[in-house]
Amino acid sequence: MTAIGELTALRREKKADPVRTRPVREKPKPAERNDNKAALLFLAPWFAGLFLITIGPMVASLYLSFTDYSLLDSPEWIGFGNYVEMFGDQRLLASLRVTFIYVFVSVPIQLAVALGLALFLDRGLRGLAIYRSVFYLPSLLGGSVAIAILWRQIFGNEGLINQVLSWFGVEGAGWIADPRFALGTLIVLNVWTFGSPMIIFLAGLRQIPVALYEAASIDGAGKFRQFRSITVPLLTPIIFFNLVLQIIYAFQSFTQAFVVSGGTGGPVDSTLFYTLYLYKEGFANLNMGYASAMAWLLLVIVGGLTAANFYLSKYWVFYDD
Amino acid sequence: MTETLRLRRLAKHAVLVITGFVMLYPLLWMIASSIKPNALIFRDPSLIPSTVDLSNYAIGWDALAHPFTHYLLNSFVVVAGAVLGNLVSCSLAAYAFARLNFRGRRIWFAIMLMSIMLPIHVVIVPQYVLFSQLDWINTYLPLVIPKMLATDAFFVFLMVQFFRSIPRELTEAANIDGAGHGRIFFQIMLPLSMPALATTAIFTFIWTWNDFFSQLIFLTDPDMYTVPVALRTFVDSTADSSWGALFANSVVSLVPIFLIFLFGQKYLVKGIATTGIK
Repeated sequence: MTAIGELTALRREKKADPVRTRPVREKPKPAERNDNKAALLFLAPWFAGLFLITIGPMVASLYLSFTDYSLLDSPEWIGFGNYVEMFGDQRLLASLRVTFIYVFVSVPIQLAVALGLALFLDRGLRGLAIYRSVFYLPSLLGGSVAIAILWRQIFGNEGLINQVLSWFGVEGAGWIADPRFALGTLIVLNVWTFGSPMIIFLAGLRQIPVALYEAASIDGAGKFRQFRSITVPLLTPIIFFNLVLQIIYAFQSFTQAFVVSGGTGGPVDSTLFYTLYLYKEGFANLNMGYASAMAWLLLVIVGGLTAANFYLSKYWVFYDD
Repeated sequence: MTETLRLRRLAKHAVLVITGFVMLYPLLWMIASSIKPNALIFRDPSLIPSTVDLSNYAIGWDALAHPFTHYLLNSFVVVAGAVLGNLVSCSLAAYAFARLNFRGRRIWFAIMLMSIMLPIHVVIVPQYVLFSQLDWINTYLPLVIPKMLATDAFFVFLMVQFFRSIPRELTEAANIDGAGHGRIFFQIMLPLSMPALATTAIFTFIWTWNDFFSQLIFLTDPDMYTVPVALRTFVDSTADSSWGALFANSVVSLVPIFLIFLFGQKYLVKGIATTGIK
């Protein structure tokens, strides 16, 4: 089961009748011994990390978000000052716009391509392993600085794209330098890394019992009907999982925008990802209080969207139990 | 096989081959460009260069303050620490979640799952403050110590999944024979969990090798630069005339990932399919 599957299961289990579900999932161990001491030892590094590296800094950044802090002086309490300032900050609003466009354009396209190709890669298709590898490779490389450099070149004024276009007599634009297209190049880059969701789709497709299709086909259901009534419903948990994860990932994209725009988020802030602006405020301008407030806004947005996704999932995700 | 079926199958392969070729074209083009003279990169988009010219690699290797080997070694040091840290800390935590019966297990487990999805930006500022007070900036400790504390919860989850699939009878028999949890963990669970450990090692390698955000923040001294940070400064200092050298270094920086991809594919595919790692 995937991480999100586990979370959903934990939640659903809590809601469900405890007498009925408990014994199934939580099989009582023999003699019901208690391993508190051993667990503390095994979990010691994890607990230390959770409190020192994760929860502690989370609380600290919440505190810092209510202060004016530049690392050099001690934090100065300014209440909701940073949050109020955010609402009037045109660059912040621009970065939100850029990020939302990026996420809500690139993720659906990426998942559609991933699903489409996964459906193409039938069981027993010749060369399946090779196709799978070829499609998967970009998602391993996509987050690297090297690929961002490559992208900057491909979509540059004299880059690969324009060379290819010129064969057809089309004069290309300066994609990276043009605020109308710069974000588009990054969306293409994210779509290019569809390999990992594709592999998750493939794993999901393989779990659908062949017998279902055989039975449907005996009952006279055509290919399309089978796709609509078997494949899609049984795949919805996987689609949901990919959607949640890819949205979370896409919101945190940083490297590509940073390298392609030379660290500026330009031209005219058209690639100013939220995380890039956060980095500039926090680590270039040392507005660490403001950056912390931005980080919390990010958490609220991503958390809210994830919660909304979970909430909406009950209308379209099919769980067969 | 009927004629239409065969045609349909052929068409399918054609679509897949063309898609694959389009996807790989940028990569192949980068490799081809790295062995072309600079003057040709922008004039000749073909994949097969007329002459093989390795001078870009020589130029790129020495284009920065240190030879590129220096940055590669730095990256390897960080990666080695991260891999080791994740293997030890995540497997320990996973054993507790998968096999031990302790108070609040479900709650801690849920917290662990949720921490997988926490954006690093929410903690990066205080982490920076903390690490700079410890005088850890421009060391590799901020990149390695968190791994030793199992903050990559993805791998805890991955190993929990794997541990759960190991038959309980095995460990219960050992328990009856008087083995404690330490022995069960080291002598039964770990040896049986090589695939999960390999997956963890491979993904940690790739993530750490590619990681730019935290390395950019915690490493500001050029002597300490890792490959991604060094490459980035190279971009900034590169005039359009020396793209060849930049490509050469970029290609070199991707070689370790590519090797892992070639030899570790089995684990990569399994790892993604079970946890949804990117």
